Amino acid sequence: MSIQAWTFLFVGFTFCLYLGIAWFSRVQDTEGFYVAGRGVPAIANGMATAADWMSAASFISMAGLIATMGYAGGVYLMGWTGGYVLLALLLAPYLRKFGHYTVPDFIGDRYESNVARLVAVVCAIFVSFTYVAGQMRGVGIVFSRFLEVDINVGVTIGMVIVFVYATLGGMKGITWTQVAQYWILITAFLIPAIAISIRLTGQPIPQIGMGSRLLDEGVFLLEKLDQIHTDLGFAAYTETFTGSWDKLNVFCAVLALMVGTAGLPHVIVRFYTVKTVRAARWSAFWALAFIGVLYLTAPATAAFARYYMIQSLHGKSEQELPRWFNNWEKTGLIVWLDDGDGRLEYFGPQDPQKFSQNEVFRMGQLAASRFAQIRAEHQQWIDTGGTEGEDGRQVMRELQLAGPDRDIIVLATPEMAELANWIVALVAAGGLAAALSTASGLLLVISSSVAHDLYYRVLNPAATEARRLRVGRIVIGFSVVIAGLFGIFPPGFVSQVVAFAFGLAASSFFPAIVLGIFSKRVGTIPATAGMIAGISFTAYYIIGSVYGGMSNWCFGIGPQGIGAVGMLLNFATTVGLTPFFPAPSTQVQDLIKNMREPEGAGPAVMIETAPEH
Amino acid sequence: MNHQDKTAENIDLHDPRIVQSIDRYWRKNMLIMVLLLIIWAVVGLGCGVLLADRLNHFALGGFPLGFWFAQQGSIIVFILLILAYCVLLNRLDAQHAQELQQYRVDRPQTPNRRPAERED
Repeated sequence: MSIQAWTFLFVGFTFCLYLGIAWFSRVQDTEGFYVAGRGVPAIANGMATAADWMSAASFISMAGLIATMGYAGGVYLMGWTGGYVLLALLLAPYLRKFGHYTVPDFIGDRYESNVARLVAVVCAIFVSFTYVAGQMRGVGIVFSRFLEVDINVGVTIGMVIVFVYATLGGMKGITWTQVAQYWILITAFLIPAIAISIRLTGQPIPQIGMGSRLLDEGVFLLEKLDQIHTDLGFAAYTETFTGSWDKLNVFCAVLALMVGTAGLPHVIVRFYTVKTVRAARWSAFWALAFIGVLYLTAPATAAFARYYMIQSLHGKSEQELPRWFNNWEKTGLIVWLDDGDGRLEYFGPQDPQKFSQNEVFRMGQLAASRFAQIRAEHQQWIDTGGTEGEDGRQVMRELQLAGPDRDIIVLATPEMAELANWIVALVAAGGLAAALSTASGLLLVISSSVAHDLYYRVLNPAATEARRLRVGRIVIGFSVVIAGLFGIFPPGFVSQVVAFAFGLAASSFFPAIVLGIFSKRVGTIPATAGMIAGISFTAYYIIGSVYGGMSNWCFGIGPQGIGAVGMLLNFATTVGLTPFFPAPSTQVQDLIKNMREPEGAGPAVMIETAPEH
Repeated sequence: MNHQDKTAENIDLHDPRIVQSIDRYWRKNMLIMVLLLIIWAVVGLGCGVLLADRLNHFALGGFPLGFWFAQQGSIIVFILLILAYCVLLNRLDAQHAQELQQYRVDRPQTPNRRPAERED
């Protein structure tokens, strides 16, 4: 069977599976809709959190990012896993004991202020939409690459699937689908990694294979990779702090990602879905353990594929090039502009002399017609010996399109390892699972922020259960459509605003929640002022340096790391103002005491059954 | 919104013995948390970033050590930290629950609630 037939089979099968799960876990009340009836076992919640967390970007792009960045790729690995330690130790058990539906719920009740609640609602919606736009685009891209369907058709199909299972089953449907999606995506990620590890080092465990000797050369893989990189004008793979990633920037970026991870609303709400505080702790452990499986494998895949890619491309003639190269050249993820000697040459930017001879590029956002034109003029330039036409390599270099697209590392690995067609198809299903699981989790956050925090808690506290559930479903429906539109007409800034989402979460939610739990003294005004100070500074700095051409005036820290400074600013503002404002009311004091008291004092508060609710 | 009403059925948050017990629990909790967070910072931010360039002069099999911490070691340690936290805290919770149970048994039938004391 061809790759395409297998892909149709797998994608069709997994989609039916998701719809089937949705049908079996449909819900009738808001508790089921927002927090899955608080009946999810810790291990299942761990899997769901892992699938929720690992987006299309983690699945498709992260290994490629590490392959390009080398040591500095560890920023993402450490940042996105270290955040779970903060989440488990500082937030998850207490928020579960607090026992509401959303993050704005906590902020609003702990600080007794609807202004604080609204600030939190706006942050939650902004962070979630930023993210979900990228996921929908991811769905479209997987469809178009593997099934040769138009991107927009792909986005629409993804939209319909998410729409059905999210409106039908709410958090319950989403949770159990995510459990299934976790297994699909992790299998799809592991098989190619294990296969390429065995092929290069004879070691079936990729994490060990990465530190092993190459079968054909007898030297350590990483040593060889360092040497090739240096020879070809790239920074050595394992060398620390190269280029703009100096020590301060790596430090700030890691910290901002860690704290941002702990503050992301779609991850935090997952801890509301378990039965007890004890289960909340265990599910944080399971979540990181399941995430760790992919995050420990990704750097291995990155190193293997990087080595294999350079070895099988550099210095090869057209006949010698591997088949996967020709397959992926069609998609524009990797293109070759020869200098006339018929041999492919791949060089990096560390050595400008060699870099000007680099022949490997990607099409990026370039229109196919524009690239055809560049290629034609380049051919003319070669044929006439430089008198007519234009050196396409220089044009592409100036467009910053040197080197292959990073996504190729994951997408082409199964073919590099010469795996069977069905495994290639499994990777497509895995990519879709990663994108859909994250998208659905985010859509639920948007829905609960609007329908629960805004509509029920602020606008119409008298709304009946049935009405609230209906509003929740309508909002999730609308959000799917908006997210789909973002996927079809992607705002050009999606990739840049990911840093923004983390920076925002780090500088707003995290300090407010942590201080809300660990201090009984911090009151409304200092906390609100802190959130506003943190967000404004971070937003101003990122927008200024990404769009306004502002220099990195804050100690040379780039926009990726500025969330760490915003967080400190938030903490400093809140703590600094606290002595000048009154402490929270007795009621809130008791709320905090109750939150710190674990299971001994009876089950977590059930907000729905509590009086006055 | 009144959370105490529900809680009061199970436990009186203003009984001094219970307040003390909760304080003890909280201090132990903070100790465990701070210790684990120190390890988190030393391994993740220390070995993975601040000391990575120096650690890279050492090797762990085929890995330069700083690079290994950044891409493998820190993640493994993070997972173990949460595991340790779960085990320690759940044990502490159980101890604490037992302690409270004891107070609950010899608690008078009609809980007399004292006015809230501020303790900061």
